[in-house]
Amino acid sequence: MSEILDRDRTQPVRAGIVDCDIHPTMRSKKELDPWLPERWRAHLAEYGHQVRIPFTSGTQYPKSAPATARRDAWPPNGGPPGSDLDFLREQLLDANDIAFGVLAPLSAAARNTDLGAAYCNAVNEWQVENWVRKEPRLRACVTVAQDDAALAVAEIEHRAGDPNFVQILLPSKTTEPLGRKRYWPVFAAACAANLPIAVHVNSVGGGYASTAGGWPSFYLQDHHLNVHSFQAQIASLVLEGVFEHHPSLRLVMIEGGFAWLPMLAWRLDKAWERMRGEVPECRRPPSEYIREHIWFTTQPMEEPEQPDHLRDTLGWIGWDKILFATDYPHWDYDDPRTAFPIRLSNAEHSMVFRDNACSLYGLG
Amino acid sequence: MTSVPRGAIDCDVHVSVPNMAALLPYMTQAWREMIVTRGTDGLELASYPVGTPVACRPDWRPENGKPGTDLALLRREVLDGFGLGAAILNCLHGGQVVHSEDLARALCQAVNDWLVAEWLDQDTRLRASIVVPAQNPDYAAAEIDRCACDQRFVQVQLLASNEIMLGRKYYWPIYETAVKHGLPVGIHGGSAYRHAPTSVGWPSHYAQDYVSHTMGLESALLSLMAEGVFNHVPDLRIVLIESGVSWLPGFLWRAIKSWRGLRGETPWFTQSPADLLRRHVRLTAQPFDAPGAAEVATILGHIACDELLLFATDFPHWHFDGRDALPPGMPEGLIHKLAIDNPLATYPRLKETLS
Repeated sequence: MSEILDRDRTQPVRAGIVDCDIHPTMRSKKELDPWLPERWRAHLAEYGHQVRIPFTSGTQYPKSAPATARRDAWPPNGGPPGSDLDFLREQLLDANDIAFGVLAPLSAAARNTDLGAAYCNAVNEWQVENWVRKEPRLRACVTVAQDDAALAVAEIEHRAGDPNFVQILLPSKTTEPLGRKRYWPVFAAACAANLPIAVHVNSVGGGYASTAGGWPSFYLQDHHLNVHSFQAQIASLVLEGVFEHHPSLRLVMIEGGFAWLPMLAWRLDKAWERMRGEVPECRRPPSEYIREHIWFTTQPMEEPEQPDHLRDTLGWIGWDKILFATDYPHWDYDDPRTAFPIRLSNAEHSMVFRDNACSLYGLG
Repeated sequence: MTSVPRGAIDCDVHVSVPNMAALLPYMTQAWREMIVTRGTDGLELASYPVGTPVACRPDWRPENGKPGTDLALLRREVLDGFGLGAAILNCLHGGQVVHSEDLARALCQAVNDWLVAEWLDQDTRLRASIVVPAQNPDYAAAEIDRCACDQRFVQVQLLASNEIMLGRKYYWPIYETAVKHGLPVGIHGGSAYRHAPTSVGWPSHYAQDYVSHTMGLESALLSLMAEGVFNHVPDLRIVLIESGVSWLPGFLWRAIKSWRGLRGETPWFTQSPADLLRRHVRLTAQPFDAPGAAEVATILGHIACDELLLFATDFPHWHFDGRDALPPGMPEGLIHKLAIDNPLATYPRLKETLS
């Protein structure tokens, strides 16, 4: 953090919206060079990230579009979608009157956590230098190598108090369910730094099949079934007692949908009622922890057969826990003008498109 | 609380094989020797450990032995207790998931013959699902052929989570054979544990495994749709058993949207998930994961299909107390459909043998 470069970021938000999921990308991997030690640059060149899929390049499920992106999101300068700040300003921030945008840089989780930690540190510096300091509407996420809790905690402590960062970013598919104690130091550090933990969808995690019944054949399935990773994480966090032991912890579930949440909460409540002897650290009905501690971003918007049904679901979840997100520049981007299939009241609109995010992230 | 109409058809009742000794009379001499010599026993499915509170209602737990092994108790509490016209037995057994497909075949054959002798022959109201060794779909198809001549077998029974996803062509012989005999395929929540219970790995608690059963069923359903099974076997009927039900609207909303955006990848996926669901899929109504009448009514409004749900007690699993076998908030007009009309429409063999 720099007192000169990092201007006062506490200006109240009176107009505009908040976009809680924007993906910045690198024009080339060289963009990280200023912050990545030579050892790791050489390692990446020779061995790569070594994630848990059968390919060294490409994705295990071919996506629906090049770079998983909107066809019109390729910047005129020839870089990949999400790599050009000027074009992102024009196509996303200005066009949609976005007052604040939260960056969510996506990178593969290396099996080598020393590499992962160095890479995350470099990505965090890159977000600040290449994006947030150049564009006052943007905020960064602290990326961490969560599988080595000590290294992750060190990175969080390093960023604590830096107003460029508004949350810690974890993937929805991790090496173990997030409620397991190996991750608790990360939650303690997040609470100490007063930063929420964001969980963003990813398709490759600990190498487990996407379903208990094996691997899907198609992107259509894998994309849909990513929501189950969020459900499993919430079940784990609640039943392991994470919110009992970290009462100020706040979680933001990004790009995992939300229509499944009421059902999950009801099912968890019933299971807890029957089997609380097995999970003594969960001391209240799971739905209560969920209602208090977890926020959800909207994209990709759920689209009921009868649009009005969405109102039932949002009411069950709580309007104060819903955050608008575009997922720019990805193919399933939600346009703030057309994303909702129902008409929101002014109060609902303000909460979802601005106020909930401002209070969660201390933006206004 | 609304009561269950007389003559209702219970589409999910569990009976259990008490132990391996009970199956020995239904095996060849070679298998009997193999099993006795090697001390093979147990093989209870980890998806439903019998000691857990959800596995058996306290007042349905027999004094001796495992839940679901006492015919007198089943008669008293369920068949007579609810005044049922019929009940479909689903026997979950380790034979469905052992690694050796030959052992699987021997066990499943024995379970089916045991079902006939120990249950179906003992009470005329009982019907059963055919337990099949899905580990080898040719074996499974042969077992369906072998059992289907007994009209009291009304369904083929699979677990939701197996070695590979249920929509894959590997399993199509099972669906072809089921349809040949006019049998629906019942997919029951649970796993062969060939993969971690969740896509984020192994949870610490059974409660998490249990909660994740809905995910296994949703994944299996989407697999059947995405692989084009319903095009290949247009008369296939799927019954999702013990699924929890209330996940269905959220599943459909996302599935329809994904299908609209991504169906270019799967050109054979020509009908909307909503159409496929309403045409080919039914769900047993217990448990119904919702806290009260208002939520149940709202979810039913989202589902918007009176033909979809089938009455079930899920005996002896513990979802409700007393006589409250119908989810709260079930509209009067739906109850008869749920309890009688929908089961008869789903299971053609019931219509033939109950009249």
